[in-house]
Amino acid sequence: MSIRDRLSGNEAVANAMRQINPDVVAAFPITPSTEVPQYFSTFVNNGAVDTEFVPVESEHSAMSACIGASSAGGRVMTATSANGLSLMWEMLYIASSLRLPIVMACVNRAVSGPLNIHNDHSDSMGARDSGWIQLYSETNQEAYDNFIMATRIAEHKDVQLPVMVCYDGFITSHSIENIELLEDDKVKEFVGAHRPEHYLLNREEPIAVGPLDVQPYLFEHKYQQASGMRNARKVIQEVSEEFEKLTGRKYEFIEKYQMDDAEVAIVVLNSTAGTAKYVVDTLRKQGVKAGVVKPRTFRPFPGEEIAEALKNVKAVAVLDKADGLNGVGGPLFTDVTSAMMVNGVLDTKVVNYIYGIGGRDVKADDIEKVYRDLQEIVSSGKVGNAYRYLGLKGGRD
Amino acid sequence: MSNLVEIRWHGRGGQGAKTASLLLADAAFNTGKFIQGFPEYGPERMGAPITAYNRISDERIKIHSNIYEPDYVVVVDDTLLECVDVTAGLKEEGAIVINTTKTPDEVRPLLKGYKGKVCTVDAKTISEETLGRYFPNTPMLAAIVKVSGIMEEEVFLKDMESSFAHKFAKKPEVIPGNMEALKRALNEVQGL
Repeated sequence: MSIRDRLSGNEAVANAMRQINPDVVAAFPITPSTEVPQYFSTFVNNGAVDTEFVPVESEHSAMSACIGASSAGGRVMTATSANGLSLMWEMLYIASSLRLPIVMACVNRAVSGPLNIHNDHSDSMGARDSGWIQLYSETNQEAYDNFIMATRIAEHKDVQLPVMVCYDGFITSHSIENIELLEDDKVKEFVGAHRPEHYLLNREEPIAVGPLDVQPYLFEHKYQQASGMRNARKVIQEVSEEFEKLTGRKYEFIEKYQMDDAEVAIVVLNSTAGTAKYVVDTLRKQGVKAGVVKPRTFRPFPGEEIAEALKNVKAVAVLDKADGLNGVGGPLFTDVTSAMMVNGVLDTKVVNYIYGIGGRDVKADDIEKVYRDLQEIVSSGKVGNAYRYLGLKGGRD
Repeated sequence: MSNLVEIRWHGRGGQGAKTASLLLADAAFNTGKFIQGFPEYGPERMGAPITAYNRISDERIKIHSNIYEPDYVVVVDDTLLECVDVTAGLKEEGAIVINTTKTPDEVRPLLKGYKGKVCTVDAKTISEETLGRYFPNTPMLAAIVKVSGIMEEEVFLKDMESSFAHKFAKKPEVIPGNMEALKRALNEVQGL
């Protein structure tokens, strides 16, 4: 029996951490992720967990402490947002290249500047090539579930990579919503014990971690790291299937909503996928064959699944909550379009919308406008400008 | 989705509008509903206008945006009527409930031609007489339950008693005053 509760996204993730009871949590507070270590430090203080909590003086130190603790053989977690993730930059790459299964809550917030504390995806999208697995979460429930599954995915011997579980700042992190929690013992049993193959505190096997890796070796090590990311596909699937048996909640690489006969579709991450589903419910009643594709994994990128989902769609809009600033479109758009091309999906018209930047609220009306634009593209057969902005004041689309 | 009720709260930083929206979400959750409770975060400072929201439904709530066409609006501080368009998008078949010493007929002219139901409650007097201090959110929570009819009053009071017992575990002496504030607000709402 699951436990019916109502929690904010941050409370839900802090509770997942409590149930997992990691060896070490090192964190530095930054809005909107602050509550995660804040709630968790209460659990530490109350003796609900026996975690070593390391309150550090910066995010660079937080990730460094995580790397040290994980190298030593511990199960290690942290949380951050926006500029906190930016300050971890150097260490993100160290963590993934040392194959350390650290799990992080990345509570999505706009990276400065100008200074803004609200939600967009510029933080995690900036880290998309850092070698971390990225799972995205529409709701507090998905953040909680992904966080529990992340531990198993990260630590699997064929993966051994860090995972960031991303969810929208304030919209998910600070909103109270219904949630089904697992019992503590079920979570402990599901995640199991962390048994790293090689670790610094193993007296039987002295090893070095992080030495100079010169021309004859680094290329091969990066290849091995990339193999871990490729292997993650199989492991994510296995862990998600096992999780479904435990909870009845099904998680795949992408979620397809009303896609069986969809003629127009939106591809979108995190909380806005819920708003898009709400709009689809309305449009379906009017006879519009609209659907939603929500990637759950962004790294590894589910290219085949997305291409397959979009192959019979007439027009698709990819929504990016981060402007790639590359002059042609956002990061989700460029990955989706390349996956479509590589997989031979060439007849579907594609357009990109940058939306919700710096916490600009995304209304049902905004999403409906996108579907209307797609209908227009279908009827005219012309895309026109494919790099558009949604909800921008005083701009052209 | 006719069973979806959307509520928007207007208050000033420090008056507890956010807390009230979370308490309302809690109470509705305890009656078996699906709920959302969330503030609109901005630069937070004491006295600045703030907005908070509730969605309450029999089905899982998918939408994740602010609320633009609420069924009900709660105004925790009547000085906001001069500077915030509190009835923006408010459904005419819905209602607005305002913390004020004025009557519904006296405040209606400040509501930009809103034609729906206007309710008032003197949360300041209730709060000062029952709690000895100005905490308008407790009476306003009861007032919106009364005006919206989202749950039975008895169920609401019973639920609040247990949540106060939890919240004020270390100072149980304040529980009777809070319960009295709720009961008085339920009875003293005007304009129903």
